[in-house]
Amino acid sequence: MSDERAPVTIDPSAPAAQPVVDDATGWTASVRRRVEKTLPITELLPTKQPAYIGSWVYVFGVVTIAALFWLVISGVVLAFFGSAWWHVSSVGHFFNSIHFWSVQMFFIFMVLHLWGQFWGAGWRDGRAKTWMVGVVIFSISVGTAFTGYVVQQNFDSQWIAINAKDAINSTGFGGLFNALNFGQMYGLHVMLFPIGVTLLVVLHIIQVRAKGVVRPIDDPFQVAP
Amino acid sequence: MKASKVDKQTYYRGVRMIPYDLLKEVTIAMVAVLGVVLILSAVLSSPDVPSVTLQTWSKANPIDFLTTASGELSGSTVVAGYGPPYNSGTGSVQSWGPLEPQQWAGVHVPIDAPNDFVLQPLTQATAGDAELAAALTAYQAAPSDQQQKWLTSYTTALGTATLASDGTVTVPSGDFGPVTVLMNRMLTLARSGGLDALLLTSDHFYQTDFSRALLFLDDGGYIADLATQQKLIGSDWGVMNETGRYPGSAWLWLYTMWYQIPPFNSSTGFLGISAANTDLAVVGVMLLLTALLFLVPFIPGLRDIPRWIPIHKLIWRRHYAEMRRTGATNTMQQ
Repeated sequence: MSDERAPVTIDPSAPAAQPVVDDATGWTASVRRRVEKTLPITELLPTKQPAYIGSWVYVFGVVTIAALFWLVISGVVLAFFGSAWWHVSSVGHFFNSIHFWSVQMFFIFMVLHLWGQFWGAGWRDGRAKTWMVGVVIFSISVGTAFTGYVVQQNFDSQWIAINAKDAINSTGFGGLFNALNFGQMYGLHVMLFPIGVTLLVVLHIIQVRAKGVVRPIDDPFQVAP
Repeated sequence: MKASKVDKQTYYRGVRMIPYDLLKEVTIAMVAVLGVVLILSAVLSSPDVPSVTLQTWSKANPIDFLTTASGELSGSTVVAGYGPPYNSGTGSVQSWGPLEPQQWAGVHVPIDAPNDFVLQPLTQATAGDAELAAALTAYQAAPSDQQQKWLTSYTTALGTATLASDGTVTVPSGDFGPVTVLMNRMLTLARSGGLDALLLTSDHFYQTDFSRALLFLDDGGYIADLATQQKLIGSDWGVMNETGRYPGSAWLWLYTMWYQIPPFNSSTGFLGISAANTDLAVVGVMLLLTALLFLVPFIPGLRDIPRWIPIHKLIWRRHYAEMRRTGATNTMQQ
């Protein structure tokens, strides 16, 4: 058996390698070229950015992501040990506290990020889709938080569920989305909604990295359309 | 060329570029947020007010419990006449002009208050209780107007019922027929914790749907009294409050604000919007506002607000100062 650590030797009489020409066709090649063009690795992991990002406004996006990360981690721990665990375990209660405060941080930072992007008109120069995905993330996050509140299995859950039902019922969706049904709310809270938020946040980051940070309003070098 | 089509080299012409370490920034953010969250968790913990059960309710306020139970049996509670998705009532059906989505959707979580909340649980508890079985038989055999007479008399008498320190409820005598036995057994059943389980029971082993138990609780006054003490009711902007002194869903401030102002809280209303259909109207307004937020980039006027109110001068104040210093003749330095 050959030694896998030995240097590779190729018979010098072998035909020369074919030149690397990206002329492949098909779905895979098409998608690869599209990805390479839209989001080259230098844009995904940039080492230079415009000097005007030196503002606190640009911090709110990354800290929102950080809060979401700890929100998901603490949520995974809570889900692993079951819905009743945190009521009977001090360790569980501490993880619930991490989850609770992560939610507060997440929403505070997300709203600050939203307002920062609004007042900077972050949708300019072809970034409307980035803004729209952000609004969808905010909306689903509100739904995720709501389902979280009604699956706490405490007084808060009971009161929120019996009050929210009237608003949901008035729209005709009370049969489809029953806030009093713990099983349905739990499934939505620990699975579908978080996956939706996380995937859309990934898409949002890709959009931001692909387009780059928008130029300041009234930038002297930017010619009005 | 449209700005959305230019490459970044072109788009960033004239912009000074600075070194930037994305992963370092993300790592610092992760550590900083975790630090804040851990400190808040350790120092302030998190709220967890225990849930209310039919057992705690029936022990703490048995007269309210009996009033609710007799109301369920007579079909006079809010849930008994609610309407879709629970039943064919109309008491809580909301509409706006010809829009009646609640009615259109129909019944999907069927609730028959007299049977689901009282008669069925009592029937399941008749084993070894001949008196209860006889009372159930007598009640169900009686004409409905006789049933209502018994229940009306009983409910009226509950208004002057007394509660002894040992929890015994004494109802003034009257012609209640078998209702006295039925209600006494309901109270016994609830106090034992049995009613909590019976309202959760259906035709399969595993249970996760608390609709019936929560709707029964909702019909009583006990849980609302506790919520009032916690400042969780609507007039206290309760939607965005939390039990204890913890921050709640502050992000719902706009949603709950509408409930506090006319025409959403008015009895007379405006444009067909009033307290009678306030939930539907508020949800509609919030959907409209969310759609506007979603479409801001395409709505003239709305998308121009950031130019008219120059908060961006604050956001990019250092950039604008640099532009002024250099006379806006910056060149690319990368």
